[in-house]
Amino acid sequence: MAGLKAFAAAAFLSLAAAALPAVAQTPPAESIQIGLSTDAVSITAGFSGADLTIFGSLENADPLVARQGRYDVIVVLEGPPRPVVVRRKDRVLGVWINLESETFENVPVSYSVATTRPLQDVTDPNSYKQLSLGASNLYMKPADVTDSPATIEEFTAALRDRKTATGLYSENVGGVQFLSQNLFRATVRLAPNVPVGTHKARAFLFKSGMFIKESSAQLEIRKSGFEQSVFRVAHDYSFLYGVFAVSLAMLTGWLGRLIFRKD
Amino acid sequence: MGIYLPIAEISVNVFVLLAMGAAVGFLSGMFGVGGGFLITPLLIFYNIPPAIAVATGANQVIASSFSGALSHMKRGTLDFKLGGVLLAGGIVGSTGGIFVFALLRRLGQLDLFISLLYVVLLGTVGGLMLVESVNALRATRSGAAPVLKKSGQHNWIHRLPLKMRFRASKLFVSVIPVLGLGAGIGFLSSIMGVGGGFIMVPALIYLLKVPTNVVIGTSLFQIIFTSAYTTLVHATTNQTVDVMLAFLLMAGGVAGAQYGAKAGQKLRGEQLRALLAMLVLAVAIRLAIDLFVTPPNLYSLSAAGLN
Repeated sequence: MAGLKAFAAAAFLSLAAAALPAVAQTPPAESIQIGLSTDAVSITAGFSGADLTIFGSLENADPLVARQGRYDVIVVLEGPPRPVVVRRKDRVLGVWINLESETFENVPVSYSVATTRPLQDVTDPNSYKQLSLGASNLYMKPADVTDSPATIEEFTAALRDRKTATGLYSENVGGVQFLSQNLFRATVRLAPNVPVGTHKARAFLFKSGMFIKESSAQLEIRKSGFEQSVFRVAHDYSFLYGVFAVSLAMLTGWLGRLIFRKD
Repeated sequence: MGIYLPIAEISVNVFVLLAMGAAVGFLSGMFGVGGGFLITPLLIFYNIPPAIAVATGANQVIASSFSGALSHMKRGTLDFKLGGVLLAGGIVGSTGGIFVFALLRRLGQLDLFISLLYVVLLGTVGGLMLVESVNALRATRSGAAPVLKKSGQHNWIHRLPLKMRFRASKLFVSVIPVLGLGAGIGFLSSIMGVGGGFIMVPALIYLLKVPTNVVIGTSLFQIIFTSAYTTLVHATTNQTVDVMLAFLLMAGGVAGAQYGAKAGQKLRGEQLRALLAMLVLAVAIRLAIDLFVTPPNLYSLSAAGLN
């Protein structure tokens, strides 16, 4: 353990000294890089979920540590943050009604994790909390901070639960595989209802349970095809879209009468 | 065959929607109603979000009422003036409805409100119709002549001021109840996605004493515009009209309606009304059950900020 600490200290030193000319004695610190083959992914109307592969490499990896499998990598694909309202149904006079609600600011719409090993084996819960890493450690900021902590906790848990149930928050244990000592491949799940927008891919490098370095890249997810054009028109030119919907209905009614007329 | 709905953002089966449209079209042709009160709940049962089911239902109603109104126009059984006044009220009611709709959506109570309105209205209308038609059926079976209200009979509605003459309907009546009826239907149209024919027709017959032959044409005429207006406003304020969904329903609907109309001619009036009443009640009961049964999930998420 002492050796480990010493090493961590050395790594820190070399990081601090990075701007200065290299300090010869300490080995250069490990770092991690990820690369995306494209910076935009277009999904079509029939999209039913997919696996996104992200390649990455370790730099200055210690061959001995690598051989012993003490490097761990966690890759996260995080969707754009949006405000979310969580509502709870309660029974009022026998009828189920949305009563209590809690609004959270900046909740990532999606959050897919891929890891080399189960999360609890990589590092301790405290480090996850500090890094805000993993769906259960994400900090969801409530809009109304005056609510009781118990309530906030309950709704935060419900929010995670719902996100996981719809596949938007997922965890792929073993989804990161080392192809060689330095090269790894991460497979993250894209849910069928993956939101469009700018997603952030982040890779975290751990060595024997210690967080070493993080690297990130951006990915734009777009929907393409006819349905997406319809969606865009409905939002950008909503009045014209409405006029079109009405005209289409009248035309269909008129044509239907011409074709199927019985009088 | 699956198809992705651009606004509802889910994949659905094309044939299910066409069949749904055709079945409702058949019934609406048979009973002379627009069918919105069936389409919207059916869409909700089929997991289309209620907000989209309502707006798209309104869009679909335009097609069936337009095609129906055309044939009534040809037969001269359409009172444009009465329809126009109803429409003026309808626009006001519809605007109010859209406002309430957006407000409820923000509060997270839209789905509940839609279901409650359906249960109450369909339950009432269906129950009244069932009682009336069963009585009529019994009366004809026992051989007694059906009791009709005298046409000269007047009620409090006919004592209101601001009277107006509607020539095609042979009517001289205050504009207040006409505007009020139009507004009420417009309100329901925008919140429930219905044309409101199932309320408009009995109201015109029993409250305003409009001759039965012009009632359906006039009601359809005003429904075209109210639902067109509702569709437009939903499209601009809530972006909840799904043209793809609406088109599939319409295509099935206009075809089904013609066959339904033919089938309807083979049944007697009170039999038709009893069947329609049972159908309406069945929809109401199905929706009511959903309100009382413990939902599989108590928590729901929705985007904040958006209304």
